Amino acid sequence: MSDVVRLEYRNVTMRFVAASGKALTAVERVSLAVRDGEVVSLIGPSGCGKSTLLNIGSGLYTPSEGEAFVDGERVEGPNAHVAFMLQKDLLLPWRTVLENVMFGVEIQRLALPERRRRAHALLENFNLAEFAGHYPHQLSGGMRQRVALARTLAVDPSVLLLDEPFSAVDAQTRMVLQRGLAQTLKRAGKTALLITHDLLEAVTLSDRVLVMSRRPGRVIDEIRIELPQRDDPIARRREPRVNEYVARLMDRLDISHAGQPAAGASA
Amino acid sequence: MNGNSSLVRRGTAASVALLIVVLAAWQWGPGLLGIPTFIIPPLSAVFDEFLRMLAVSALMTHTGVTALEVIAGFVLGSLLGAFFGYVLGMSPTAEFALSPYILALQIAPKVAFAPLFILWMGFTLYPKILVAILIVFFPVMVNVLTAIRTVDPDLVNLARAFKATRAQIFWKIEFPASLPPLFAGLRIASTLAVVGVVVGELVGGNLGLGYLLAFGEGQANTAMVFVAILMLTVVGGIAYLAVILVEQRVLHYLPRRTLSGV
Ligand SMILES: Nc1ncnc2c1ncn2[C@@H]1O[C@H](COP(=O)(O)OP(=O)(O)OP(=O)(O)O)[C@@H](O)[C@H]1O
Ligand SMILES: [Mg+2]
Repeated sequence: MSDVVRLEYRNVTMRFVAASGKALTAVERVSLAVRDGEVVSLIGPSGCGKSTLLNIGSGLYTPSEGEAFVDGERVEGPNAHVAFMLQKDLLLPWRTVLENVMFGVEIQRLALPERRRRAHALLENFNLAEFAGHYPHQLSGGMRQRVALARTLAVDPSVLLLDEPFSAVDAQTRMVLQRGLAQTLKRAGKTALLITHDLLEAVTLSDRVLVMSRRPGRVIDEIRIELPQRDDPIARRREPRVNEYVARLMDRLDISHAGQPAAGASA
Repeated sequence: MNGNSSLVRRGTAASVALLIVVLAAWQWGPGLLGIPTFIIPPLSAVFDEFLRMLAVSALMTHTGVTALEVIAGFVLGSLLGAFFGYVLGMSPTAEFALSPYILALQIAPKVAFAPLFILWMGFTLYPKILVAILIVFFPVMVNVLTAIRTVDPDLVNLARAFKATRAQIFWKIEFPASLPPLFAGLRIASTLAVVGVVVGELVGGNLGLGYLLAFGEGQANTAMVFVAILMLTVVGGIAYLAVILVEQRVLHYLPRRTLSGV
């Protein structure tokens, strides 16, 4: 981890025209920076503008005010420095696993041998090599999500934007996927912004957690996770201090006052 | 898999049994019920008529002409329908501007244009092909248009985030995503093409199975009408089967079950 800032939002405000016709401020004056190799989680109530921030970072939305920077360059539109991954795997049903992994690099017109080399290496890495020729409908949800992650990594982005990537899979598969992601991020030294509703996921996977307020979303708190082994979330789960962090996040989100049992953090 | 193959076996057996029952009822039913042969000729009389028509009425020529018109109408109508479906699907402005006219044309019964086309083009093959084109056009166009409109916007965003060009988005996402609905439209189109052609042939000219239908009617030759209907069914069936065969090749990536439905 170096001090180079990979992803930065400066005073970003985003307004939409709601269906009713009046303006809706989704996020308001958000500033945040993610340094090289850092994994930062973004948590906040539903509708507070987390996905909006991600879309701004990937260049799909232009902020109403303020700006986003990736690798020091102002984000003017989609660019090769970032890649995102969503809750939906967005695999193309007419492509095999291998072809799906190559989707991004194919669009970026990499030479075919290089595409294949990267895709095969990633599939090998994710224990998916034997499924290269399968179609998405032949895979389990967890495998599909791993293919989606491989596709995201294939373009070799310097920043990964992850929007609730594992919220659609069962709890056990999720733990396995989390560990896979953590190891990959660590090994490749990737920078990532992770949006999640799972507080335990935020604590076990990140270096820092940012808490957003209700809409209009603002960053209201920053919690540094001072735990070892960021590449092993399963080991981190056993750390007693994890519960303190989760409790603190619940307090900041006003969840604990809403009558939820304290153990519901990871549900 | 096992359950599936036993389903196929039992289903086929039941189908064949039903066919035998229907054919037997056709052969002996009318006689038993006292229905005159000029209302429902028995199976054997229809078969005799079939052989007679093969020999003296150039049945195969007429069938060939009809098949040719069906193929031409189906191919041209589908191409046009798909083309307009893609263009309108990608250009909301064009769709907005054209949709009232398209809707009007879609509501108008296409076969009613047959006399008009014959007035324009005479007793040639062209008016029949044109009716088929017109009738085939809409289901294909509507299916493609809807498919383009309903492509998951997140998929398009994914491609855009990789800096895809408009052409790449079309060829890598929208076009492949439109293929299953396109084939559903083509299946319908293959049967409608036969309808369009027959109506054209009924209205004018002296070629094709539609002409034989009208001729048989004029002669009060019920068996001939039956033969023409059967041959039309064969032509339509082959067209439908051809679409299914191509579809199974193109959409091979879909789970098997979604394809088998008729
Ligand atoms: N393209 C858009 N047009 C109009 N309004 C939008 C658009 N995108 C998002 N919004 C609005 O902005 C607000 C924030 O949406 P966003 O999807 O960023 O929330 P979120 O924090 O990701 O929520 P969740 O946790 O439920 O995913 C919502 O009120 C949403 O309705
Ligand atoms: Mg969201």
